Amino acid sequence: MYKIVDKKNLAPNIFSMDILAPRVAQSAQPGQFVIVIADEKGERVPLTICDYDTEKGTVTIVVQSTGCSTKKMAEYNVGDYFEDFVGPLGQPSEYVNEDLNELKKKKVLFVAGGVGTAPVYPQARWFHERGIDVDVIIGAKTKELVILEEKMSKVAGNLYVATDDGSYGFKGMVTNLIEDLVKNQGKKYDFIVCIGPMIMMKFVCKLTKELGIKTIVSLNPIMVDGTGMCGACRVSVGNETKFACVDGPEFDGHLVNFDEALRRQTQYKSEESEKGGQHVCKCQQGGAK
Amino acid sequence: MDRFKRTPIAEQAPKVRSHNFKEVCLGYTEEEAVAEAKRCLNCKNPQCMTKCPVSVNIPEFIHEIAEGNFAEAAKVLAKYTALPAVCGRVCPQESQCESKCVLGNKGDAVAIGKLERFAADWAREHNIEVATAKEKNGHKVAVIGSGPAGITCAGDLAKEGYDVTIYEALHKPGGVLVYGIPEFRLPKDTVVKHEIENLKKLGVKIETNVIVGRTITIDDLFEKGNYDAVFIGSGAGLPKFMGIPGENYNGVFSANEFLTRNNLMKAFKDEYDTPIKVGKKVAVVGGGNVAMDAARTAKRLGAEVWIVYRRSEEELPARAEEVHHAKEEGINFELLTNPIEIVGDEKGWVKGIKCVRMELGEPDKSGRRRPEPIEGSEFEFEVDTVIMALGTSPNPLIPSTTKGLEVDKRRCIVADESGRTSREGVFAGGDAVTGAATVILAMGAGKEAAAAIDEYINK
Ligand SMILES: Cc1cc2nc3c(=O)[nH]c(=O)nc-3n(C[C@H](O)[C@H](O)[C@H](O)COP(=O)(O)OP(=O)(O)OC[C@H]3O[C@@H](n4cnc5c(N)ncnc54)[C@H](O)[C@@H]3O)c2cc1C
Ligand SMILES: Cc1cc2nc3c(=O)[nH]c(=O)nc-3n(C[C@H](O)[C@H](O)[C@H](O)COP(=O)(O)OP(=O)(O)OC[C@H]3O[C@@H](n4cnc5c(N)ncnc54)[C@H](O)[C@@H]3O)c2cc1C
Ligand code: SF4
Ligand code: SF4
Ligand code: FES
Ligand SMILES: [Mg+2]
Repeated sequence: MYKIVDKKNLAPNIFSMDILAPRVAQSAQPGQFVIVIADEKGERVPLTICDYDTEKGTVTIVVQSTGCSTKKMAEYNVGDYFEDFVGPLGQPSEYVNEDLNELKKKKVLFVAGGVGTAPVYPQARWFHERGIDVDVIIGAKTKELVILEEKMSKVAGNLYVATDDGSYGFKGMVTNLIEDLVKNQGKKYDFIVCIGPMIMMKFVCKLTKELGIKTIVSLNPIMVDGTGMCGACRVSVGNETKFACVDGPEFDGHLVNFDEALRRQTQYKSEESEKGGQHVCKCQQGGAK
Repeated sequence: MDRFKRTPIAEQAPKVRSHNFKEVCLGYTEEEAVAEAKRCLNCKNPQCMTKCPVSVNIPEFIHEIAEGNFAEAAKVLAKYTALPAVCGRVCPQESQCESKCVLGNKGDAVAIGKLERFAADWAREHNIEVATAKEKNGHKVAVIGSGPAGITCAGDLAKEGYDVTIYEALHKPGGVLVYGIPEFRLPKDTVVKHEIENLKKLGVKIETNVIVGRTITIDDLFEKGNYDAVFIGSGAGLPKFMGIPGENYNGVFSANEFLTRNNLMKAFKDEYDTPIKVGKKVAVVGGGNVAMDAARTAKRLGAEVWIVYRRSEEELPARAEEVHHAKEEGINFELLTNPIEIVGDEKGWVKGIKCVRMELGEPDKSGRRRPEPIEGSEFEFEVDTVIMALGTSPNPLIPSTTKGLEVDKRRCIVADESGRTSREGVFAGGDAVTGAATVILAMGAGKEAAAAIDEYINK
């Protein structure tokens, strides 16, 4: 059992939690993820590690309630326990093992979409702690869905916010803003790290391929075990099949077959909503907390 | 009594069981077990034993059953196998112990597996304690993985007084016994859970949700955990795919995914959250136990099922009993058939599988006749789900995070017969060393390694 020691609402349907899991906190590195099982009947839900505190032994997750399992998790409060919490899973970000002096010469842009802002924060902080200030774009549909702006501003070099409806910051998609920065403002980047919804990563990669800027993405396919045992998470990267949970989750975005990845993400959609009639998920029928 | 006829055993009727997940075989009653045991000739030079990988003293335990001493029978078994209730159910007896029973020359071999299962079940149901642990000896051993290899190694060491902790990556212990082999062949809440409880009674600690190589490393175990030795029983969990076009369409799953969703995550029960997709028509590619398990699970979830296997019936690697049960349950067999492409619809979902007919040519290295495609025999049939059951290989995670741990070309950990690896104090056994094999071999390896670890620590 893994205790929830802190919980914050960051935006409508987006919350963060600090979970007591000392071993995971001890080993966690930027880019990795965990798997959470809420209760005995729960499914294995992969979530990016958004922060970790080795002293307190806690790991921070930020969750967007999109379906049954994430809604179930939202009902948990400080003092409650999750049944299972396992990690860290996946490969750490590539740059973690790069030569620091080389890295310091590089200009880096982070592009965060929606709840993807959460995993970008510790990565931006990782650079900041090493004396590198990266540029960060936070993109969201509308102002109230912009999360972690203040925390991010403390670790980022330049922080840009874009909202689709223009209710805050730059009006438009993150792709429009990237174009603006690179084409109009003369910014040069050696590489981009983009974390957000699959569809956003697809279009960012389309653009950055044209612009010739290497782009790393963090994929979030359907997963079961997260250890390489089931192949549910397979993605095509440069015409090779990779298991995102062990080979990734971060990949060279210019090599990812996004259309296949988007399609594979929908595999269990109808299945879950079919159970018990219209849009009632499996977990809402029985599974108690 | 006809000495050459096997005592029949009760099973759920095929029509009934193909709609539920309860165990197919109901086991012998006491009378039936005694009757079957009395068929054994108690051979002076028992050939059956020569084909049991752990050399169970078969005539001895069967003799106890014949005498009605069921608890004694269980105690005899416990000397050789840590998991008799499991082995009795899943060993490929027809190619092991029972293949050499003298009675088999003229009639039916003694039902050694069924008797083994009977004795173990009887002991469990009557709360017979078969093992006790010696006083703690102050030495610590870490066991990675809680499948048959890990369970056996941990149990044997605990009995010798070692302080043993098992680290398991998944949230439930048991390895393939829990996530792979379905409920209808191996009941989890009775048989498997009991074995795990027994381990705990011996003082073995089990820490789930710990992935060695990620959460902690083997070096951590030695340096921070102060373990004297480590046993790796991490299995061969990595699924293979064919590499044919269309394999990433929606609706193509590995048997591991399909079975894990169903068995470990209990997707077949409505009250569990994990979804499972089965479709109406399912092709299962492969001919081993895994393929039979996936096929029969899909059937129970309501699908019409075809096994697609490239060799002939004779070469099916699955246990004979599973093939027989699958047929009884109405699984269709497309033998001498090999998939060459998976066909998808415009939305990227599976709508069919393209295959080619095969014929058997000259024997290959494995001694089995090599299947070769028959030119021009391509055909397609309609399915909406394809399950790949092509075998598995060891996960590279532990070798890649453990300096000096040698692996071979197949990524199996290199270990000698006692389980010693290239790293001092690190032992390994089971599927992680041999590649996908059997429960009894994994158990045997766990046993050998426990003895070697005891020797290593005491030297
Ligand atoms: C490596 C990784 C990191 C992730 N990090 C985060 C994170 O930090 N915060 C966060 O809110 N979400 C994250 N996700 C996505 C999160 O796992 C899914 O939103 C969650 O599993 C959906 O479960 P549900 O039952 O609530 O919703 P569902 O109704 O089951 O699904 C909602 C949507 O998510 C897709 N989906 C379903 N299951 C999964 C799954 N196992 N993995 C990915 N997508 C799925 C569905 O296709 C659907 O479009 C991550 C996923 C991966 C693989
Ligand atoms: C569907 C199916 C049906 C089968 N049917 C039969 C049968 O009828 N008869 C038969 O004899 N055999 C059968 N087998 C084969 C048999 O189950 C295996 O040979 C046997 O389980 C191997 O035992 P093991 O202990 O080596 O590994 P496993 O049972 O695979 O256990 C390994 C354990 O280690 C854990 N692990 C892996 N990596 C790590 C890590 N890094 N850190 C921590 N833990 C880790 C895994 O999660 C797993 O729990 C079947 C296999 C399958 C998949
Ligand atoms: S352990 Fe397996 S091979 Fe050995 S006697 Fe029992 S059933 Fe036969
Ligand atoms: S060979 Fe057959 S008859 Fe002889 S001891 Fe073994 S089981 Fe009994
Ligand atoms: S989630 Fe199972 S292999 Fe990646
Ligand atoms: Mg879900």
